[in-house]
Amino acid sequence: MDSWKVNPRVFWTLFTPGTFWLVLFFLIPLGWLFHDSFSDKISITETQFTGTLANYIRAFDAVYLTIIWKSVWISAVATALCLLTAYPIAFGICFAPAKWKPLLLLLVILPFWINLLIRTYALIAVFRTQGYLNLVLGWVGLGPYEMLYNDGAVIVGLVYVYMPFMVLPLYATIERLDRSFLEASLDLGGSQVQTFFKVTLPLTMPGIVTGIILVFIPCLGSFLTPAMLGGANAIMIGNVIEDQFKAANDWPFGSALSFLLMYVTFGALALRAFLASRSKGVDV
Amino acid sequence: MADAIVSLRNVTKTFPGGVKAVDNVSFDIAQNEFFALLGPSGCGKTTLLRMISGLETPTSGQIIIGGEDMALTPPNKRPTNMVFQSYAVFPHMTVADNVAYGLKVTGVPADETKRRVAEALEMVKLTHLAQRKPDQMSGGQRQRVALARALVKRPKVLLLDEPLSALDAKLRDEMRLELTRLQENVGITFIIVTHDQDEALSMASRIAVMDKGAVQQIATPSELYEQPTSRFIADFIGKVNLINARVVSSSASKVVCDAKGLGRIELPHEGPAQGDIAIAVRPEKLKISEAQPKGASAIATEGKVRDVAYFGDTSHVVVRCKDDLELAVNVQNDKRAGGAGVERGQQVWIHWAPEDTLVLTE
Repeated sequence: MDSWKVNPRVFWTLFTPGTFWLVLFFLIPLGWLFHDSFSDKISITETQFTGTLANYIRAFDAVYLTIIWKSVWISAVATALCLLTAYPIAFGICFAPAKWKPLLLLLVILPFWINLLIRTYALIAVFRTQGYLNLVLGWVGLGPYEMLYNDGAVIVGLVYVYMPFMVLPLYATIERLDRSFLEASLDLGGSQVQTFFKVTLPLTMPGIVTGIILVFIPCLGSFLTPAMLGGANAIMIGNVIEDQFKAANDWPFGSALSFLLMYVTFGALALRAFLASRSKGVDV
Repeated sequence: MADAIVSLRNVTKTFPGGVKAVDNVSFDIAQNEFFALLGPSGCGKTTLLRMISGLETPTSGQIIIGGEDMALTPPNKRPTNMVFQSYAVFPHMTVADNVAYGLKVTGVPADETKRRVAEALEMVKLTHLAQRKPDQMSGGQRQRVALARALVKRPKVLLLDEPLSALDAKLRDEMRLELTRLQENVGITFIIVTHDQDEALSMASRIAVMDKGAVQQIATPSELYEQPTSRFIADFIGKVNLINARVVSSSASKVVCDAKGLGRIELPHEGPAQGDIAIAVRPEKLKISEAQPKGASAIATEGKVRDVAYFGDTSHVVVRCKDDLELAVNVQNDKRAGGAGVERGQQVWIHWAPEDTLVLTE
């Protein structure tokens, strides 16, 4: 395609259904929420734009900062666990016999075929006090344990839900990795462990970074998983925002929280760009 | 072989699915040899090289390097290093880091590493590019990095997998000379895999020609060219006129046979007492003349010029003779005027000395 400097007609591609869709259903509502976040609530259903910063100031209340901070670390732990579990899975699929690969990849994306709500109920059935896991543990004389309705349960739930988003980019990068790099490392005297840390890991960094972003961002905004698996104290910022739009009926404050969450996400993306610019040569 | 650095004993590799890539191969490679594994693609030469490096495991047979059986030695413990066809220069490291990699991972002290890396870069003339990343380098330069990275380990054997195939023609000629020179300087055994006969003939001190997983002949380049032992080799190495013939009689020093298009001829060779054979003669050994050659000793036949291709230093002439026998003749264009001196459609005689003919039974 020509550069837009050479060929201004490429701008016509902006007038396509995709752009229309994005503007109508994403940018306009987002703009409305941005507008709302500087508004005051004047009745149960009405808000009025006053340019107030009160909603943002309220968001910096210790209560909400604690929840935002907790959301960040829960998401970070869930992302890290996703990475640790997904890397061997992706590696295994890449090195599996060719005829098994499509089936294994299908198994990874199979959970998408089932509604998230149903899957979360299934997790509850597994982890609750009279659940299947405690049943199995009971056979060997352990438990029953309280495993649900705490931060740990939320993390396990997030890892379960977002794992495919980590496996797929990792699979794509490892699959593209030229095997002769690994062979060269072995041939030059590197052990399997050295080869992994000095060659495989740096060369698959683009997939790792993509996976982290794809998992961390939705984790940060998730509300269904913490609402169902977390206890009363295990709420995340997504639940608080949901409450503002529903139970609390405070759209201006909900909007302000949403935008703060978005800025945190931007921060994460900026960090990624910074890291990418430092590791020239490997395209992150 | 007494001073063998690499010995292969009945090495066989069968891939899952039953494909025999390498079939019962045995030979020795001497210290300091420049040894080539030559063959068409899929003949098993690369698999054999990878088994020597340890990246593949033989299904059966023994690989002995420097007197030690390598059966249980993984690639990272073998005294061999490989220059990969794709070079496999690590893209996330500078040239110097690439070359230092093999020393660092095996715990060579930092100051020694530094010195040896500098020496290796000097050897391949890349000192000025030490801090470059590979993506800023040409294919030829990357190959030098791969060479330096392997040689810095001071292996007993350097393995090169199609080292010149990815380079353009001019660079290939340069690199060919450089590899030969390098091998003489470092005094390391080189084993090179190639499908290019010119590469093998011009660089190697000995060549193993492989086909369908088996070694067909091991010989020096000139032996391979002048004394091939089978039709496959004669045809694969250089150009050749292969003519089917039937033996009439033979003795210890003479074969009399009826050859297609040539009639009854006598060759000063030993041969089988009967049966079908092939006689082979290289195009540059044939002579063209307008008149019938004098002297009874030459093998001669008459034909019509079908094609003349001009290549500057030589012209390749194809002559159609009796019984649809087509003979290729290379004519040296040793005079400025006239080229090959024949034209398409011209009636000519072709003749050659009987001792330039080969008798092939296989």
